[in-house]
Amino acid sequence: MTTAGSEQNKAPGSTGGASGMNVRDAIRQPLWLLAELTYACPLQCPYCSNPMDFANVKKELTTEQWLTVFRQAREMGATQLGLSGGEPLTRPDLVELITEARKMGFYTNLITSGVGMDAAKVAELKEAGLDHIQVSFQASSEDLNNLIAGTDAFKHKIEMAKAVKANGYPMVLCFVTHRQNIDKIDEILDLAISLEADYVELATTQYYGWAMHNRDQLLPMKDQLERAEAIAHRYQDEQHGNMKIYYVVPDYYEERPKACMNGWGNVFLTITPDGTALPCHAARELPGMTLPNVKDSTIHEIWSDSNDFNRFRGFDWMKEPCRSCDEKEKDFGGCRCQAYMLTGDPANTDPVCSKSPDHHLILEALEQGRLEANKPVMEQKPLVFRNPKNSKKISGF
Amino acid sequence: MTESVFSADSVPMLALGYRFQWEPAQDCFVLLYPEGMVKLNPAAAEILKRIEQKKQTVAELIAELKVAFDGADLDDDVYQFLEEAHDNSWIRAE
Ligand code: SF4
Ligand code: SF4
Repeated sequence: MTTAGSEQNKAPGSTGGASGMNVRDAIRQPLWLLAELTYACPLQCPYCSNPMDFANVKKELTTEQWLTVFRQAREMGATQLGLSGGEPLTRPDLVELITEARKMGFYTNLITSGVGMDAAKVAELKEAGLDHIQVSFQASSEDLNNLIAGTDAFKHKIEMAKAVKANGYPMVLCFVTHRQNIDKIDEILDLAISLEADYVELATTQYYGWAMHNRDQLLPMKDQLERAEAIAHRYQDEQHGNMKIYYVVPDYYEERPKACMNGWGNVFLTITPDGTALPCHAARELPGMTLPNVKDSTIHEIWSDSNDFNRFRGFDWMKEPCRSCDEKEKDFGGCRCQAYMLTGDPANTDPVCSKSPDHHLILEALEQGRLEANKPVMEQKPLVFRNPKNSKKISGF
Repeated sequence: MTESVFSADSVPMLALGYRFQWEPAQDCFVLLYPEGMVKLNPAAAEILKRIEQKKQTVAELIAELKVAFDGADLDDDVYQFLEEAHDNSWIRAE
């Protein structure tokens, strides 16, 4: 599961313009620490952004090692701690990690599917000082149908969402949309309303890891998006002041890339279950990475001195058309991982950008998705689910 | 600005999920909330500190600030800040 920093507009009491975490300060600090505690997960979402070979990772960091990471990042100015995975609830030391992180002054965010949680657990997490829970309805389309039909499989999830609220947390729900479920967003939103959710994020699938592998089956069609967008806006109006709805357009349908990670090595630091430090959770797959590990180096060394974190910092690494583009401070040339996956060179312009000479790759991917969607159901490629068996088979070990 | 939310006897509280704290690395007070942070200027910090410390009315809050800042005439500034902070969902009124 992934998460991104939200934006904060310039606000009255904030210091001269420097509001929010999305500011490129002269001094970069790892303000956002994403701790992917484990790759273990009871679910098998085909759009998971974990690496395809996750089953290869055997040794997770110990409690002590995680706490050292937290402490070092905190000293460097980290305030937000995201606890994700895999499913973080599968870590038996989760409560201890949260307790200690909270004592260090972190704002702690748990990103969970809710599987493995019960009302007592929520109360325990609250007691430990957890600040925020995001329940992701990370489910295959079949499960989603169950969810909307309100069958037993999802009763539990719904109870969890309610327990979260009963413990004094805002209820933050996240739905990852793709071709197979995006037509149901009105039903999803109705469900959120009936649960009295405070925030609903209609996130878009990001095409890394498993999602990239399943891209032909997951890319939504243009008419689907137009419909979804209209519905999202209608609900936004109706729910104004009640439930906040965030709707994100998939970047494959945009003309400009997203400002990935608010700039490489700028505010985000991801630590994977085995202790590898990454500037973004998908960066492991880039060629030429040295993949520093917190077991060998301090966070300070990794953040300030490592090849990986310096590689795409600033603007000097850029090629044309980004290099001479006047929009580069807005989007930093887009996503390095996407540039690599689609063009073979991570220093290229993100092909989502219409100025990119490789933009046709995006259009071709959309076309391919469309062809796939128009095939009779029997002939469509099956979704590949994220589980250890498929991981081993595909990565060949 | 739309109609005002705060009057002398309303009680401002931090919004659900917001935390006020000193950040040594930023050398200022900040508000933390899900997945974000706002750095506060000193005036905003003085107000939010008092909101966080105890439940009190706006009138009491202003009285306290006046004692702390030599009787300065700050009513309008406080009200303006409260309304804007409310617009940003940092605080709520009880
Ligand atoms: S399989 Fe689903 S729930 Fe599990 S880590 Fe991946 S996206 Fe998250
Ligand atoms: S050319 Fe590069 S910098 Fe310019 S808008 Fe496109 S991605 Fe952004």
